Amino acid sequence: MTSKKQLKKELIIQSALELFASKGFYSTTIPDIASSVKISVGSMYNYFTSKDVLAKEIIKYISLYLGNKLQNINEEKISTEEKTKKIVEVYFKTASLKPEMIDYFLRIYLSNREVFKNGCEGMICVNEFVTEIMIYFEEGVRCGDLRDQDFFSAFGLFMGYLGGMVFLKGEEILPKALDTYIDDISYNIYKALSK
Amino acid sequence: MIKLLWLSGITCNANTHSFLNYPFIEQFLNDFEFIYHPVLDSSYTLQEIVSNEIECDVLLIEGSISPEFQRADVSIEDIIRKYAPKVQKIVTVGTCATFGGIFSQSDYKDVTGLHFDKEQKNQKFENLFDKTISISGCPIHPEILVNTLYAIKGDIALRLDNFLRPKEFYAYTVHNGCVRNEYFEYKVDAHQFGELEGCMFYDHGCQAPFTHASCNKILWNEVNSKTRVGLPCFGCTEPTFPKANLFTTKKNMGVPENLPLGVGKRVYLTLAGITKAFKIPRLEKKLLDD
Repeated sequence: MTSKKQLKKELIIQSALELFASKGFYSTTIPDIASSVKISVGSMYNYFTSKDVLAKEIIKYISLYLGNKLQNINEEKISTEEKTKKIVEVYFKTASLKPEMIDYFLRIYLSNREVFKNGCEGMICVNEFVTEIMIYFEEGVRCGDLRDQDFFSAFGLFMGYLGGMVFLKGEEILPKALDTYIDDISYNIYKALSK
Repeated sequence: MIKLLWLSGITCNANTHSFLNYPFIEQFLNDFEFIYHPVLDSSYTLQEIVSNEIECDVLLIEGSISPEFQRADVSIEDIIRKYAPKVQKIVTVGTCATFGGIFSQSDYKDVTGLHFDKEQKNQKFENLFDKTISISGCPIHPEILVNTLYAIKGDIALRLDNFLRPKEFYAYTVHNGCVRNEYFEYKVDAHQFGELEGCMFYDHGCQAPFTHASCNKILWNEVNSKTRVGLPCFGCTEPTFPKANLFTTKKNMGVPENLPLGVGKRVYLTLAGITKAFKIPRLEKKLLDD
């Protein structure tokens, strides 16, 4: 793919992501997305053969974006406690600067499983992100900071907590800005997971 | 005729027993002569071996070595020092003679292998390093020992790894040739030991993907291997042998602590994430019973 075509593709992904996150998956049409990036409906299909395909590409795009950020944290020579805080920071920062990404994950990916069941089995489409969380856990246990336990009991605690806070923010229930909670939430998560 | 001296250090004699299972032992004994072997008829007694200097081509050492340990009232180290300079090759037979093995945990002082204390190289017999070949294993595979001795007899240069093990036999992993590879690929673990189905890497302690040996290439008793029969590989050819809890896979939050040789954690987890997302019905079923 030429870089020009690749750029266009990313532009469509970003635009569709914003539309899906704000209007919902079923209320957003291919013509809506095409007009938001100023291309014809016909040429949209040169990039994505269906709305479902686009939806899956978007979740992979988000997973790669967050996965890369987490990989940088995992590769730093810092304690598990510091890594915990940095992961919380990245997640909340993304939720503030690119709210559509986290909204998409919570409101589209998790809520419309029928769209993702073929092609996004298990955690395939969020593999990069989950892999980095697993590495963070594994290395935390290996160095003696974290308590060994089932992956999902730890994953649920970490991501459920962060997702819940972002959801409350999205619902405008949270009284303060997300980043004001970083210290307490990082402390709580680390306390809960550590030995 | 190549003359062999089989010297026993601190050992349970399992390598001797394993060697006796070599299917063509008669042919072997026609081609080699034991000047001394602890259980086979040999030309000299141990007393004669330690009191004289008998002509010899290959020194085979079975068992760990300690400066305190004696044979026929002579320190094992002195017997090695006496024969080692005269022989063409030294072969450490088994994991104890090579790395110290299980007898490292015995009450003798400073128990090690001839050249290695687990992964660490010893200085003591450094001058013998270039003439030594390590045949690790608990016990050794008889064909691997015999084939190595025939290579010495035929003056065939064997390429060795960093622990002096012939690459011909130790460049492979035990995983190579395992009949459970399909189950490994799709992450289907065995639910019970001894069953035909399932891989034992994920839960049952199998060390085959990171253990150097040819157990699934050169079968035991010409018919089978541990993993084929439904038992985990214990990693018995490695300097780290024996580890604790051999029947369970050490995991950190679900991720195996030891990954297949040379496979990075990120690569492993990425692949694992993909394969775990799918169920292959054929691999969930019994192979033979409907």
